[in-house]
Amino acid sequence: MSEALLEIQDLNMHFPIKQGVFQRTTNDVKAVNGVNFTLNKGETLGIVGESGCGKSTLARTIVGLLKPTSGDILFEGKSILQYNKKELHELRRDIQMVYQDPYTSLNPRMRAGDIIAAPLKAFNQTNNLKKRVMELMELVGLKADDYNKLPHQFSGGQRQRIGIARALALNPKLIILDEPVSALDVSVQAQVINLLEDLQEELGLTYLFIAHDLSVIRHISDKVGVMYLGKIMELSDSESLYKNARHPYTNALLSAIPLPYPDKEKKRERIVLKGELPSPSHPPSGCVFHTRCPFATEFCKGNVPTLDGKNSSSHYVSCFYPMENKQGEFPRQ
Amino acid sequence: MLRRKRNLIPFVFLILLFLSTITAAWWLPVSPSLMDSSLRLMPLSSEYWFGTDHFGRDIFGQTIISARVSLLVGFTVAVLSTVLGTITGLIAGYYKKLDSIIMRIIDGMLAFPSLLLALALVAALGGSVTNIIIALTFSFWPVMTRVVRSSVLQVKNIQYVEAAKTSGVKDPVILSRYILPNVLSPIIVQGTFIFARSILAEAALSFLGVGVEPSIPTWGNMLQEAQIYITIAPWFSIFPGIFIVLTVLSLNLLGDGLRDAFDPYAKGKRKKKKRLIKRQ
Amino acid sequence: MVLEVKNLKAHIDTPDGVVKAVDGVSFTIEPGETIGIVGESGSGKSVLAHSIMQLNPKPPTFYPQGEIVFEGKKLLQLKEKELQKIRGNEIAMVYQDPMSSLNPVFKIGDQLIEAILTHHHMPKRKARQRAIELLTDVGIPDPEKRFDAYPHQFSGGMRQRVLIAIALACNPKILIADEPTTALDVTIQAQILELMKRIQEKYGTAIIIISHDLGVIAQMAEKVLVMYSGRIVEKGNVEDIFYHTSMPYTWSLLRSLPRIDSETRNRLLSIEGQPPNLVHPPSGCNFHPRCPFATEQCKTMYPQLTKRSGDHYAACILSELEFKEAKKRLENREQEGRQKHV
Repeated sequence: MSEALLEIQDLNMHFPIKQGVFQRTTNDVKAVNGVNFTLNKGETLGIVGESGCGKSTLARTIVGLLKPTSGDILFEGKSILQYNKKELHELRRDIQMVYQDPYTSLNPRMRAGDIIAAPLKAFNQTNNLKKRVMELMELVGLKADDYNKLPHQFSGGQRQRIGIARALALNPKLIILDEPVSALDVSVQAQVINLLEDLQEELGLTYLFIAHDLSVIRHISDKVGVMYLGKIMELSDSESLYKNARHPYTNALLSAIPLPYPDKEKKRERIVLKGELPSPSHPPSGCVFHTRCPFATEFCKGNVPTLDGKNSSSHYVSCFYPMENKQGEFPRQ
Repeated sequence: MLRRKRNLIPFVFLILLFLSTITAAWWLPVSPSLMDSSLRLMPLSSEYWFGTDHFGRDIFGQTIISARVSLLVGFTVAVLSTVLGTITGLIAGYYKKLDSIIMRIIDGMLAFPSLLLALALVAALGGSVTNIIIALTFSFWPVMTRVVRSSVLQVKNIQYVEAAKTSGVKDPVILSRYILPNVLSPIIVQGTFIFARSILAEAALSFLGVGVEPSIPTWGNMLQEAQIYITIAPWFSIFPGIFIVLTVLSLNLLGDGLRDAFDPYAKGKRKKKKRLIKRQ
Repeated sequence: MVLEVKNLKAHIDTPDGVVKAVDGVSFTIEPGETIGIVGESGSGKSVLAHSIMQLNPKPPTFYPQGEIVFEGKKLLQLKEKELQKIRGNEIAMVYQDPMSSLNPVFKIGDQLIEAILTHHHMPKRKARQRAIELLTDVGIPDPEKRFDAYPHQFSGGMRQRVLIAIALACNPKILIADEPTTALDVTIQAQILELMKRIQEKYGTAIIIISHDLGVIAQMAEKVLVMYSGRIVEKGNVEDIFYHTSMPYTWSLLRSLPRIDSETRNRLLSIEGQPPNLVHPPSGCNFHPRCPFATEQCKTMYPQLTKRSGDHYAACILSELEFKEAKKRLENREQEGRQKHV
């Protein structure tokens, strides 16, 4: 039986908005607003959502860059929020991160080998340093003579490989991937996703994969959580989510993705969402999605739905009127 | 960078000035300290290229050896205020809590015009080369702190700094390996400008009579002595004046050149332009 | 025919050497048609679009060869003043980044009025009326009130709508959209694409849409140009490109897309190697270092665009039949490999 590696319990991350001469707190941006999930060892959980939904804030909170307003984060059963400075430093061995932009996430004045060696040096694992770095470079598909190159001498995909090697250096248990392929070209995207999958199999890694693109998430995740305005709208195992999405928002996201079938694409029925994303400092009352939901009722405005399994133990949805089976939604060739 | 004529000329001038002033004793035809009352305030001649002063000393030699103290003061002040300013700027930019404390002090110091501040300090400490250096460093490093801090504020939000933090890299290493190398260019440029400004400031203080002891030859001291003879022996004040202008101008041009060299956008543009001109 | 591009070359002088950003490209657009240009970053698709408007900074860009003919006028030979009469008036452009394409210190409405008055003389009151009409057309709610808003008060999607309104201000014959939805979220992207189609129906504008997203191209375009390393490697009707793919690059690209509609979670079929170096492109066919079907011949010979069927052209030395067989062989090999793996 798989055991839980990471548990997020009712996590809130609110940023105060300070205004005026005296910098008084007038309001909060509710970037993460009551998030719960469990990530088991060896699994990949995909978190998907549009810009401003709080997915990156969630990632930063888990790696300890931000202190959450309330809630708890359990790593291997222990609350990391109670950790002191030294324990937090040790925790970095176990939780590593890969960033979206391969151009800004590498120090332009450091050589590839030094970038990968940085975490090892930080933990004084300097025995056989060069050998270990070479190993890592081979693992992610870089050549030995890339060791002394500067970041600008690499293409986007190769830079992302450097970022991945850096994250692997300390043999972490959990890697948080914040949009790792969205800045890459399509032809390189597939290489990096395959690399990540191979590494997971080989090293028994656990991934938290954050993306805005449901089709990328599809290829790497065991479980998927869909976020909207700081809340998880739907959380399910991947198979079930893509076959039978139940939240109207998930369905809207799925139907908005243009597919590479010109004839069917032009006739396809879509759920086109009304309007724009509301401000996270003034989220709508009741269900936060009701302002854009095509099926919202008066009831949705006044009541807050909870993430509920109903009759499934692996498919949770936060909606009063979840949609039922809609097989064959996508045109197939 | 030095391949450009606009940068090469000031560079060569400064190097020549430096070399000639430290080797002056070996090649100057007339000892600059040799007094000859029969040769007082002589105009330019083949023997005395820049004429002589009120003690009959060779102004050319005086001007050359005066560069020693001027360059020494300028360089030391530039180095000291760069070091001080970089350290305080890094700390202020990186640690939010210390930022308000450091920057309030810096703001307070910047509220005084730097020359006036230096003047007050020298007046309190007494005029000597060491005191001038202390005073000028004190009045120039706040500028450097501000420059460094604002660069740090930009760089520390770039993702590789966050990536280093999540890799467990400790703050001192982040500051020295991740932030400092990426803010080095504005530091060097600003350092060059401080070099130029402190040469000017030293001359100004000496001219006002609160600078280096009158017995030590500096351009400021020469100007101070020359001012009463300006109508009868203009060369006495013109030549040290020209040397101040040339040195400061060279340093400023060099600073501009460095700034362009560090700016990748400007560099690309210039090269392209040149090549196109060639093509046509 | 509203626009014809003939053997256009647009090269850029860089410190490292001359980049052949566009290297011999030809195509035509009929009125009211949508043409999609697809390619990865560095394929030259944006430089091509900017060449039509003569918006590439000159220098470093120069045009050693080719012609762009718009309604009988040769754009490459026109003077700046004559070009200005065409820009924004008869050919308009929508950019990728709606944040930086609007001037932050002027009101939305005023920017729109300015766009109208640049090319047409009319009383200000009438221009305002036209501006509000345009804002209504692009689906800005409450246009009378939003008229006096500043760009920062608009979301990304709304700003892109305003930019489309500005582009439409003079009822252009061609609208060039350079990655118009790349900076937007998928749900907003769907809205904007919908809007562009509606606008085309109403105004009869020809649209050139540039995107790296094959899905967007499939949804929008009637004709497609596939670009790789400055050259068109395949062109044809959208069905031909997607269903009768004849160029290994297009085929590999389509295969490597992550799909939401796949039956099971399967491994992606990636294209090996890195995008080509622009200053020193590979010899022969630019795609040969990454092509699964490359032969010795591909290293030395650059294949010209050759006719496959009707309007369908591809640049590959493999004939349609040879390509089909090569694909089959590769797929069999992959299948075997997978079985061994299991």
